[in-house]
Parts: sequence; C-alpha cells; structure tokens
Amino acid sequence: MTNEAQPATGAGPALDPFKPDASAPVSFSSGWSLGRFARRSEAGALVGTVGMFIFFAIFGGADFLAVGGFASWLNVASELGIVALPVGLLMISGELDLSVGSVLAGSSVTCAIVSGYYNAPPFVGVLAGLAVGVITGLINGLIVTRTRVASFVVTLATNFALTGLTLGLARALTGSTSVAIQPDTFDKDVFGYLIGGKFEIAIVWWVVIALLVAWLLQESKYGNWIFALGGDLESARTTGIPVNKVKISLFVASGFGAALVGVIQTMLYDGAQVTSGQSFVFNSIIAVVIGGVLLTGGYGSPWGIMLGTLTFAIVSQGIYYTNWNSDWSSLILGLLLLAAVLMNNTFRKMALADRRRTKAQKG
Amino acid sequence: MNAEPILRLSNITKTFGGTQVLSDVSLEVAPASVLCLLGDNGAGKSTLIKVMSGVHQPSSGTIEVNGENVKFASPRDAQDFGISTVHQTGGTFSLMTIGRSFFVGLEPTTGWGPFKRFDKKTAGTIAVQEMKALGITRVTDGNQLVGGLSGGERQSLAIGRAVYFGAKILILDEPTAALGVKEAAHVLRIITQAKARGVAVILVTHNVRHAMTVGDRFAVLIHGEKADDFSKGERTAAELTDLMAGGEAMAELEAELDEYANREE
Repeated sequence: MTNEAQPATGAGPALDPFKPDASAPVSFSSGWSLGRFARRSEAGALVGTVGMFIFFAIFGGADFLAVGGFASWLNVASELGIVALPVGLLMISGELDLSVGSVLAGSSVTCAIVSGYYNAPPFVGVLAGLAVGVITGLINGLIVTRTRVASFVVTLATNFALTGLTLGLARALTGSTSVAIQPDTFDKDVFGYLIGGKFEIAIVWWVVIALLVAWLLQESKYGNWIFALGGDLESARTTGIPVNKVKISLFVASGFGAALVGVIQTMLYDGAQVTSGQSFVFNSIIAVVIGGVLLTGGYGSPWGIMLGTLTFAIVSQGIYYTNWNSDWSSLILGLLLLAAVLMNNTFRKMALADRRRTKAQKG
Repeated sequence: MNAEPILRLSNITKTFGGTQVLSDVSLEVAPASVLCLLGDNGAGKSTLIKVMSGVHQPSSGTIEVNGENVKFASPRDAQDFGISTVHQTGGTFSLMTIGRSFFVGLEPTTGWGPFKRFDKKTAGTIAVQEMKALGITRVTDGNQLVGGLSGGERQSLAIGRAVYFGAKILILDEPTAALGVKEAAHVLRIITQAKARGVAVILVTHNVRHAMTVGDRFAVLIHGEKADDFSKGERTAAELTDLMAGGEAMAELEAELDEYANREE
C-alpha cells in the first residue's frame, strides 16, 4: 500500500472545490457549489413566485394589484397552505398523502352536522371535525407502517373510502349532501372572520402553522429525523430513530391540517358540501413540488413550500384578472410543475455526484 | 495480542430454513486490534456481520462481550454494547448536511423545555472536527451536503460518527470495495487510527492486500465455515490469496462436476 501518496489528496490543495475563488471564471462547472445551490433551490421557488406575480401584475392590470386582488390569491394560498405544509413534511419524510381531499370534506360536513344539524355547541362540532382528520391520519399511518404498502395506494384508498363514508352518512343522517350551520360569533371570528371584509382569518392560521412547521423542521431534532427518514429509511432505522412513530405523527399532522381547513370553510361559508376538497389532493402536491421539495423525500424547506403555495395561488387567481380564459392557468401550472421537477432532479444529481468529478474538471 | 478479547463468538451456527449459512464459527477480537474477516462472495461474511450486529440471532453458539454472555434482540441492543456497524455506502444521508447527518438520532440540543432546539452549529463543528481528526482536512464546513463527499470521505464520516459515540467494536463491511486506490489507502489509515484509540475493529473484505496492510489477526470464511485463523506474519499474501481463491475454485469445480454427473444420468 502506498500510504505515503495519500496526503496529496487528503491535505494537499488548499483550494476548496466548494468555495470557488473570486478569480475563477464564473461558469456552470467551476463556479458551482452545492451549498450555494441548496440555497438557490429555495431561491428557485422565490423566482417562480416573483416571476408569476410580475407576469400577472403586467397582464392582470390594476385590479390584480388592488387590495381585492391581493386578497383573492392570499385567501386561496392560506387554505391551500394549511394543507400543503404538513403534506410537505410528509413528502420530505418520503411519503404521500392523497386523503386530504376527503378529510377536508369529511371534517367540514362532520362539523356542520354536529353543530348545525344537531345543534350541539359549536366547539363540539369543531372538535368532531378535527377528530376526523386525526383519526384518518392515524389510520393512514398505522396501515403504512404496519404493512409497508406504499402510502400512495393506502391514502388513495382512504381518500375514496372516506368520501363514500361522508356521502353515505350525510345523506342517511340529514337527507342531503349539503349541510347548513349558523356559527356563533366566537367560532366565526376564530375560523371564518374576514379581515377588512376581504382577507380570510385563515391567513393568520397559515402563518402561525408555517412558523410551527419551520421550527419543527429546521430547529428541532425531530426535523432532523424527518430528513433522515426521507433520505434513507433503513439507515434512519439503524440509528435508533422511532421511525414508525415519526411517520404516524406526520400522517396525523397532515390529516389535522386538512381537517382544520374543513372547519374553516364550514365556518366561513356557513355550511358544508360533501363534494368539496378534492382539488386539494393534487394542488397541495403541486404547491409542495413547486416549492422545491423532492418527490422522493429527504429534501425541502417550509419557506419553499410557502412560496410554492403562493405561486400556485397567484397563477390560479391571477388568470381571472386577465382577459384570457381561465383554462390557461392550468397550462401555466402544469409547465411550472414540470420545470420545478426538472430543477429538483438536476439538484439531486448534482448533490449525489461524487466530488471526484469536480476535481477532474478542475484538473 | 495477549489482551482479553472484547468480543468472542463461540461455535456460531446460523441456518435459514434448513440451509446452513454459518457452521461452527468461532472468532475473537481484542481491543486495539484489527481482525480481518476474509472470504469470497457468499462465504457467509454478511450473515456473520448481521449476527454480530444484532440483525440476526444465531441458531446456536454464544456471543460474549467482555467475557459476559450476551444476546442481541436488535441492532439497538448491539449498539448498547458498543458494537457499531458501518456499511459500504457509509449509511449516510446524501441530501443532509454533514453536521445533521453526523448526529442523526443523537442530536445535541440547547435551550430548555419546549424550546429545546437542535444545536446545528455545535453539530457541524464537532462533525468537521471529528473528520479532521481522521485526516479529512478538505471538509471545513459542517453545512456542506454529504452528497458532495467522496466515497472515502463518507466512510470517514461514518467511522468518525461511530467512534465519537463510543463504539468499542467497529464492524466495517467492505469499506474499501467501492473506492479508488488513494481513497482506500485513506480509509485503511483511518482504521489504524481507530485501532490506536483502543477500538476493536472487524474489517470485512475480500481484498487480501488491504487486509494484510492493517490486520493483526485474520479469519478466512469458506462456505460458512472458518477455513483458517492466524496472526499477522504467519501467512504470506500469496498463501492467503490461494486459500481464498482455492477454496472457491474447488467449490466451483465440484459444482460443475456434479452438474455433469447429473446430466449423464
């Protein structure tokens, strides 16, 4: 063994390939650093948000930039964001949740039936609605961790099952698929208030939940566990992380987020529709992916998810301020999603590439 | 090597549904020494590692740590006895920072109560320090992503982690197999450093040269049985290679002859 030859690479060149010096020509291959790219990947989501905002500011005109315009996309973003943040956590841990649509409807209808149709005190209805989310999340988590069946299939199944259950029970109990409720002032203020008559109180909920999620993911040790789960499940298991408990908690959180939006909608619109919510299933995934979370897990940030959510909301609402048919917003969202996935893939390839390649390029 | 062995396997046998994968294997390793476990693919090396690290339980035979009889119900159990296993890939997380990855599952925290937070700064500093102690000087920032490290650096990160968290017995599964010559040399040097710190190292490899460079004792597995067991200097590299290859070649020949014989019938 030529051990003596080793220090040449070990300690030798003082030039750190991760820190390109200023004199080096700024090119894609030599000026590239993973650390900076990691930050850029979040910045990519920011560019998307700002770009779409400018785009619709130009084509949407003054109305889009008026208070009403801001309210329209912030309201959409807040409801989607409350769902997307915990779904994003789940995706970072390597799992999907497609059941948020029926959880949202189920929670909304449950809340309306309990406190509207049966006239129970409003807080009972709210708790019952939230319980729908928690229980569904618990079931999802238990099935996924016990059977190791892909969460895609498990949550797709619970999404359908819960939709059926909600429809069936609503019709059996109330004879209708839409249930009215008259919220008391307290619940109206907490869940359904309109700030300045335009901005949903859900925006506040969204910001609070975002701060909580950001703390959890980036500052607490549990965040480290979530990244580890999505990065390499088996390695995570051998380090002694309670893998199943973490996963089940994340499914519960995801169900809770969707259920909260269900309650918010019930209190906001003074009633519940059995069919509401299904758009959240894919919209939340789109928002999360545009926000820079890897579909395969292991990477992502709460700020990215928030930006992805904003982008989604700006595009889906901004289109109404232009002269174009609203159909075009789906085209834009589709293209954005594709661009985001391609960017994420490139990022992962760069991150996984051996550093030896960088050395070779440098000569 | 007169020191008392820290880990002793006696007459370990492991069968999977009637197939005997390990038969009557006895091994021991002392603190501050390197035991090389050699053998070709399918010789039973991985099964033996899994028995030592608590993934599998032996069908018969005993495991002793510091002279005490032990049973590992899970990898966690083995870890509690100071046994740490590092796999070929390093078992690290590509998209996590070095600091985060180093402390997965054992995060240092600051603050109190519900505001206790993961001390990423300390984590990064310690991870970089520990890698530096193992001769990796190129990594200076704990916020770099693990995916940007070379194979050897990843191995160092994993070995550094195991040693930092008090591993007394370090099982390295083919740490040099996927590495280039220089990287492999570095990992071998790290192995001798771990040994110098008093760690008992079990190096699993099929590379005779790598084994001869760092090993104090050697055990050769062929078809689940210990074919030879000797100390440094008792065999030449050529003899060792012959032993490993010879066993395999004979087995292959036998299998071929059997096949022909069956065809004739």
